[in-house]
Amino acid sequence: MLSALILLPLVGAVLLGLQRGLDARGAGRQAGIWALVIAFLAAIPNPSKPAEWTLAWMDDGAFSFRFAIDGISWLFLVLTGVVTLLAILASLLWEKGSRAYFALILVIESALFGVFTARHFIPWFLFWEMTLIPAFLLIHLWGGTGARKAALRFFIATLGGSAFLLVGFLALQFAVGTMDFDALAKLATRSELAPKLATAFGLPAVAGHNLLVMVALAVLLGLAVKIPIVPLHIWLPAAYTEAPTPVTMILTGLLSKMGVYGLLRIFLPVFPEVLPSLAPLLLGLSVATVLLGAVAALAQTDLKRMMAYSSVNHLGYCALAIAAVAAGGGREEISSAITGVVYQAFNHGIIAAALFFGIGILEQRSGGRRGLSDFGGLRSAMPVFCGLFGIATFASLGLPGLGGFVGEFLIFNGVFGLKPLAASLSAIGLLLTAVFLLRMIRKVFAGPLRNTTHPPADLCPSERGLLGAAVAIMFLTGLLPAVLFSTANPAILELVKILHP
Amino acid sequence: MPALLAWIPLAPLLAAGVIAFLPDGRGKLASKLAVGGLFVSLIIALGALLCTLKPGTVIVAPSFEWFSYGDVLLKLGFLLDPLSAGMAGMVTFVAMWIFIYSLGYMKEDQRFGRFFGFLSLFCGAMLAVVLSNSLLLLFMAWELVGLASYLLIGFHYQRPSAAAAAQKAFITTRVGDMAFLLGLIWLYRQTGTLLFFDEGRGLLETGALDSLAGTTTIGGLTVSAAASLLLLVGAMGKSGQVPLHVWLPDAMEGPTPVSALIHAATMVAAGVFLVARMMPVFELGGATGPAMTATAWIGGITALYAALVAVAQYDFKRILAYSTVSQLGFMMVALGTGGVAAAMFHLIAHAFFKALLFLSAGSVIHGCHEEQDIRKMGGLRKAMPKTFLAYAIGMMALAGFPFLFSGFWSKEAIFHSAQVWPGGMGPFVLTVCAALLTAFYMTRQALLVFFGEPRKPGVDHPHESPPVMTVPLFVLAASAVLLSLIGTPFWPWFEEWIHGQAAEFHGGALGEHGAIGLLLLSLVIVSVGVGASWMIYRKVSSDSAAPDPLGAKFGGLWGFLERAMGFDALYQKCVVEPLAFFAGGVDMVERMVFAPLMTFAMSCARACGLISKATDERALNPGFDATCGGLKGRAASVSSSQTGRPQAYLRVIGLGVFVLLVLYFWLGKS
Repeated sequence: MLSALILLPLVGAVLLGLQRGLDARGAGRQAGIWALVIAFLAAIPNPSKPAEWTLAWMDDGAFSFRFAIDGISWLFLVLTGVVTLLAILASLLWEKGSRAYFALILVIESALFGVFTARHFIPWFLFWEMTLIPAFLLIHLWGGTGARKAALRFFIATLGGSAFLLVGFLALQFAVGTMDFDALAKLATRSELAPKLATAFGLPAVAGHNLLVMVALAVLLGLAVKIPIVPLHIWLPAAYTEAPTPVTMILTGLLSKMGVYGLLRIFLPVFPEVLPSLAPLLLGLSVATVLLGAVAALAQTDLKRMMAYSSVNHLGYCALAIAAVAAGGGREEISSAITGVVYQAFNHGIIAAALFFGIGILEQRSGGRRGLSDFGGLRSAMPVFCGLFGIATFASLGLPGLGGFVGEFLIFNGVFGLKPLAASLSAIGLLLTAVFLLRMIRKVFAGPLRNTTHPPADLCPSERGLLGAAVAIMFLTGLLPAVLFSTANPAILELVKILHP
Repeated sequence: MPALLAWIPLAPLLAAGVIAFLPDGRGKLASKLAVGGLFVSLIIALGALLCTLKPGTVIVAPSFEWFSYGDVLLKLGFLLDPLSAGMAGMVTFVAMWIFIYSLGYMKEDQRFGRFFGFLSLFCGAMLAVVLSNSLLLLFMAWELVGLASYLLIGFHYQRPSAAAAAQKAFITTRVGDMAFLLGLIWLYRQTGTLLFFDEGRGLLETGALDSLAGTTTIGGLTVSAAASLLLLVGAMGKSGQVPLHVWLPDAMEGPTPVSALIHAATMVAAGVFLVARMMPVFELGGATGPAMTATAWIGGITALYAALVAVAQYDFKRILAYSTVSQLGFMMVALGTGGVAAAMFHLIAHAFFKALLFLSAGSVIHGCHEEQDIRKMGGLRKAMPKTFLAYAIGMMALAGFPFLFSGFWSKEAIFHSAQVWPGGMGPFVLTVCAALLTAFYMTRQALLVFFGEPRKPGVDHPHESPPVMTVPLFVLAASAVLLSLIGTPFWPWFEEWIHGQAAEFHGGALGEHGAIGLLLLSLVIVSVGVGASWMIYRKVSSDSAAPDPLGAKFGGLWGFLERAMGFDALYQKCVVEPLAFFAGGVDMVERMVFAPLMTFAMSCARACGLISKATDERALNPGFDATCGGLKGRAASVSSSQTGRPQAYLRVIGLGVFVLLVLYFWLGKS
């Protein structure tokens, strides 16, 4: 099952590659069918019975690669399935791309499945890097005018981060002889990592703690670039803006989640000993991320760039919760914060993808324009679009009853109990989110209809279906969070047990 | 009854959900659904009200599990006590008549059905606010009423001013909402529960209250006081208390039934309700604790401020809006001085007569072809006799005309509460002044609109509204009068009911200490206010462009009041502009500092590449090239596969990776 998930998108990609003379439309259709089947497959695994699967790479036990699905992984798999499908269908609708384009998206999907299931550093890291090249090519070849520069920035920044990740884990391998996440976590709970590091590097035992801090910092750096955490976000606005809009949906909906997932799956369980030393730094940067994202979004006039900063802001809450958990505290607060991170990651994936999809529709209707002031009064011409996009916007600003609220409530509930000041400061971010999102709604949809001679057409049935499906998920996760999320609880409890023995 | 309780909010919400899927052409069906859904709520709410008539009834519906995180189960539920039953009864009753009125008022509107959908959403959310047994559920519904208010203020979205007002309302109240959220979380973290009543473990029950009062935090405040203050900020946002009141006058951009239902009768009172609901927590610091003192003073300041501003307004609906702000201040004073029953009585009385006033205003505006400036009206008494009668009753109730009107008795109760408050006479004095001004500005409005001669040439044929609009006026007018039966000091049924006791007749209520004095004071206030106004505005110039008599006399002060004491300009200067400037600065740093940094890093990477390339070419390649020369010839045959097309390369690479992976997975032992 697990291997099928990873291989199937690749099969799809290769088949696309082999069909010479297949036009973009045909390729898109094929890719859409693949993505649909895969999305269903991704939702099948029963996370209440964690599935495991091992590959022995060398006879040496240290290199037997484990893959596993638990409740947390499952949510990220479902998210990957849904957002990829959405992105492919959006590309098909807007007649974007070619065979290679769709094949590359499928390659990314495969790599994401790998990232969200691998439990050993080597396959995890391979898949992690495997997302990078297709994403780079997608931005580079199909992006807007500044895409080449943006793609290069994206590539170098994330590659730079990855280098630190690799160095950190090589140090661990050198010291303790394993790169299996669970094995490392087990060692960490017995506080064996630091002394072993010290011995391995021939330093006195007291230096072990500092060494471990450096290793954790390296890993954090690698993960933080992807999320991103300020000031490592510098690659993001250009990449999100210049990428073709369906690719932006994948970048924000999925690639950023790799970082969040990494924090949950690797950073927290492997480095519990040194978390308190890193917490102040991470906490400060997270609050900065939340606030900077929101404030910078206020100043944007390009809708895509604004949403890019909005994503920085929303994922800042995830980083904030992780930072507060790192600082340590009560069990209930930690549970709340971690559950909040999982909810927020999932919901943000859906909501951000839907919002970028909406902006793509605007671009498509206006011949590529997407300035804040390029529209006006669209509600008269596109009432259905306005309704659905409006719901997604309110979900994004955390309206109760829609997906975004539950995650944000749990995050603030947890963080306030652990670090009240940071939570209070970040609440300003919640307020500013409403300011720029509502301003967008007003400028784009309210007022008299600007273009009365050729009013843009309202959503076609397929667009309606896609955006409607995303909105339906927002209602589901907002009203009945237990339906999707109760499956993640056992895995979350396990993580809490490590952090709060 | 417990099982039915949830249907009070659910019925309108379901109606709203169905209406959302109806096309614009099915307006009739939509309005039927909305009225039907609300009717179900009304019936159940009245039944619930009857259930609570037995003194001391508190029915807690079994709570349901929403979701769990870690080991914690998060439960939500509904609650029926006199407080919630009174609110639910009032909301469904007033809403029902406003729905009926809207059938006439909105008849011409193209988006008739959408309007009823939003109204239904609002009613469902508002009923969830009042019936909630969980602070979290209350907060969620609280946000939803904010959404409904946003949608309805901006209902005529084509008008930029309406869209701007909607945005302003949502954002200003959200300032309060964020404080509310933090206060809620603080209470939750301290007590471990968000349910109000939960078999002794609830937030408003002894155990939790003790833990709240016993813990101190920053500045020596107890947690109860700190959290109460945060909740108070939330209440100030929704209930338009200074300095978060700026959105409410602008909210008059919404259609008039919306102003009546949401921005006069129900939603704006949600803040008052919140404080009343959380009164056990507010009171933990004593009658003069920080939370209570803050509530009383903010209420008093708001009451006087808005009454002053209302004097200098010309827009029919804006006068009423400032009057709403002012009356909400009265309710806050009552709460802050411990008079929950007085506050609630005034809340319900105000809901009736203010809804009545707004509906009359709507009728007038409708009749005058969408004219809202009172300087251009005049003499409407004759053209619209029914509307005038209804308006007069509402106006007298608001101004506090003695004995017959509920407004008189509810204000009396508030004076009483403020007067005996041990924390000082400040709020009392403020409310007395505000009450005097209330009588003044309402008389001014009545004289300018309904008396004298018609002043505007354009408004030549004012007409009376159809029965679908006038009947609701009479029902609300009758309610505003009849309500006074249960709130007099002689038979204070309402007060005893809220406090869970049986009511008794107090024949000698007036003999009690100070009671007769207060009654006389109320009479003096009304007489002075009405009298002064009558003197000034009795004979107003028939020219609609003539300045207000007071405005002519106190030009500077009048202008200051007309601009609502400059709050909007102040916020523009101190919040909006600095924020925009700051955001611009941040963006500049992003573009000018961070982006070049990134470019610099890229250049470094490129430089490394160049150096490596140079060493390759200068040091290593020459020898290598010589060797390769020999190979070249043979390589030519292979080179046919090297098409130079990246797609082809990619395909080969992809295929290779794929084959390797398949081999790898296949060989792996699972």
